[in-house]
Amino acid sequence: MIDDAGTYGSPVIRVRDLTVGLTHGDQKNVVENVSFEVGPGETLCVVGESGSGKSVTAFSIMGLLQKNALEPTSGEVFLGDENLLQARPERMRQLRSARMSMVFQEPMTALNPVEKVGKQIEEVLLLHSKMGAAARRQRTLEMLDTVHLPDPQRIYDSFPHQLSGGQRQRVVICIALILEPDLLIADEPTTALDVTTQQQILTLIREMQERQNTAVLFITHDMGVVADIADRVVVMRDGNVVEVADKETILRSPSHDYTRMLISSVPSLVPEPRQPLHTETVLSVAGLNKTFQKKRFLRSASEIQAVADLNLTLRQKEILGVVGQSGSGKSTVARCIVGLEEPTSGDITICGDRLQGARSAERRQMRRHIQMVFQDPYRSLNPRVKVGRSMVEGSTNFGTPHDAAMGRAEELMELVGLSTAALDRYPHQFSGGQRQRICIARALMLEPAVLVADEAVSALDVSVQEQVLELLDEIRERTGVGILFITHDLRVAARICDSIFVMNQGRIVEHGPAEHVLGRPEEEYTQKLFEAAPGRHWDFRNFCPV
Amino acid sequence: MTRRGLLLRRLRLAFGGGPALVSLVILTLVLLMAVFAPLLATADPTAIAPADRLSGLTIEHPLGTDAYGRDVYSRVLHGARVSLLVGAGAALVSVAVGLVIGVFAGYFRALDSVIMRTMDGIMAIPSILLAIALISLTGASLLTVLVAITIPEIPRVVRLVRSVILNVRSEAYVEAAITLGSPVRRILLRHMVPNTVAPLIVQGTFVFASAILTEATLSFLGAGLPTEIPSWGNIMSEGRSYFQLFPGLVLWPGLALALTLLSVNVLGDVLRDTLDPKMEKRT
Repeated sequence: MIDDAGTYGSPVIRVRDLTVGLTHGDQKNVVENVSFEVGPGETLCVVGESGSGKSVTAFSIMGLLQKNALEPTSGEVFLGDENLLQARPERMRQLRSARMSMVFQEPMTALNPVEKVGKQIEEVLLLHSKMGAAARRQRTLEMLDTVHLPDPQRIYDSFPHQLSGGQRQRVVICIALILEPDLLIADEPTTALDVTTQQQILTLIREMQERQNTAVLFITHDMGVVADIADRVVVMRDGNVVEVADKETILRSPSHDYTRMLISSVPSLVPEPRQPLHTETVLSVAGLNKTFQKKRFLRSASEIQAVADLNLTLRQKEILGVVGQSGSGKSTVARCIVGLEEPTSGDITICGDRLQGARSAERRQMRRHIQMVFQDPYRSLNPRVKVGRSMVEGSTNFGTPHDAAMGRAEELMELVGLSTAALDRYPHQFSGGQRQRICIARALMLEPAVLVADEAVSALDVSVQEQVLELLDEIRERTGVGILFITHDLRVAARICDSIFVMNQGRIVEHGPAEHVLGRPEEEYTQKLFEAAPGRHWDFRNFCPV
Repeated sequence: MTRRGLLLRRLRLAFGGGPALVSLVILTLVLLMAVFAPLLATADPTAIAPADRLSGLTIEHPLGTDAYGRDVYSRVLHGARVSLLVGAGAALVSVAVGLVIGVFAGYFRALDSVIMRTMDGIMAIPSILLAIALISLTGASLLTVLVAITIPEIPRVVRLVRSVILNVRSEAYVEAAITLGSPVRRILLRHMVPNTVAPLIVQGTFVFASAILTEATLSFLGAGLPTEIPSWGNIMSEGRSYFQLFPGLVLWPGLALALTLLSVNVLGDVLRDTLDPKMEKRT
């Protein structure tokens, strides 16, 4: 048996042959014969791509599966020596938060927006302990201090919306751990957070785990996080366990092809040296500013400077990465360039034509040379319109006859690796990766000189992400399009970008060739971002430490 | 399965039995009554026969006659025509006008506050007062009643459409259409307006029900249709004084009114549950 907890003492949680099926219909099981165990003080990471059944496994343990939709059909889940699958609902209620608890992905939705966070933490004590009001308050304040929230008194009296994402997640961890449960299940707890915050939260979970000797079941899709925190790893795919082993074994010598593929798809943080490009400039932005007015009732409007004095030039065939954390203004730059936002000031020049000062009909003609690929492939295609009609929309807008446009759409479908039959289907019949290919093909319909990709691979699984990145790389070679690539992910930027601009609070902090910016970051901020990237000590492609 | 196939399956499921099916049957019956009223009626609904007044139930007059000797059964049949006409007219007109105004308010930010404040103003006018004012100005007619009922319903539709348009504006596929250089007309018609159809169908049923009710109220108060046109409201109004002796004069039209309204509302609820995009994710 590989899943022996070894040095960790008798396991806190033991899952044996857990199978979860759909309540209605006899389709395939969602989770099949999953077995693992977690010992006290141990961190077991469950990794897998979307749809692998990792969250369903966690919800089955907590007894939180959606009623009348999913139910465990066989297997056992032992918490200590109690089989949770046979426990009554009342018993499960007692066990939750007292002996096992869960931290979710989105801290805002996990908290009640209309109640002060102090009260929400106390509620756990109220329901599960016999403490008096003063003792509860005292314990809550202590706990807020333990998770390193500054000024616990103030936090206690705050509403969730008054806290930052990282602070909210600390509060959620507070609620989960205040009763010192034996088992903590963390379901992608840092996926919605920025890298620097993510690092702090991971450190906090580790610290709390050591303090309380908690068994941690950590669900993630991010191999970097696995490399940083796991003791042992369960790899899941399509509801089945592919492989269970300790972290070193998984990362160094995975025995299963799928695990190997999953790990080697993680791009390296160190960019390969690239030849500097001396092609024509297709896009130049000079002195771009964007301020948003925030109107407030009976008070003077406040201004937020989203982009401040930004300059950049993009050459033909170049992939220029704009990286930064959320709120750094990188998306606003993209939106100003494609014309979804009107810049407050600044010059944008596309293929030698200045956009500012042009009449609106001329602008429309210029804008056709600049196209965009959006983040969420599920929302960027109109679900009511067939793919073919979406594809030709741009061309027909500029006067191309429908049939000619369809012909071009067929060519592009082949270029992005889809069959021409796809044109006659609806978007929902495609997977996320396929849809993103369609979106790229649609953007190419107008033969743009510039392609703006705003977090275009962030919503995709790593293996699909790699394919889409390869596609973008191939497209710029074949069509010569310059790509402005907006991303928060340094690995993706390192994988594909020729040059990188680092943004913070609306300003460019550092820019230059990718190998300089990521290889030898000069600015403190860039270094901080780089340090926070999960798994930066591991070279996933070559299955060895950096 | 295609999107449309999924929707059809859910509709079939919703109308497969229970209250939804019953309401659908009742509404169909009322519609048939209205359409074939001249054939089904046993007498001219406006023919006065003083000799036969307040006859009670007889073979000749299955639901009796009123104070002027007019056949109640035939009058209720013809009343269905008025009710359905007013309901459908108000629903169609308010949805059509509200859709156009709402799209303008939602898409063109400059027009938004002007339009919405105007709508707030219209919402402040009670429909019954508006009807009484209009009728005293122009005289009682079906058109006046229809206008009076429709105008106060428009702002509700405008608000609904505007909120849908505002939501869809930030959808990535709308932004994609903008970057593809699509003209405003195409963005609106292809990418935005189709999203309003489902909520508008639901809203339409509620306007339908409330219009029928308002018309009946107006006619009952004597501020509605002229008495030559039989409507459920004015039949009840005229029967009111004889209620203790001949309750049927009020009860029969009342029953027709209540059943119709109940069915329309049940139908609206079922449609809302079926067409709601949030429900879509669960199937």
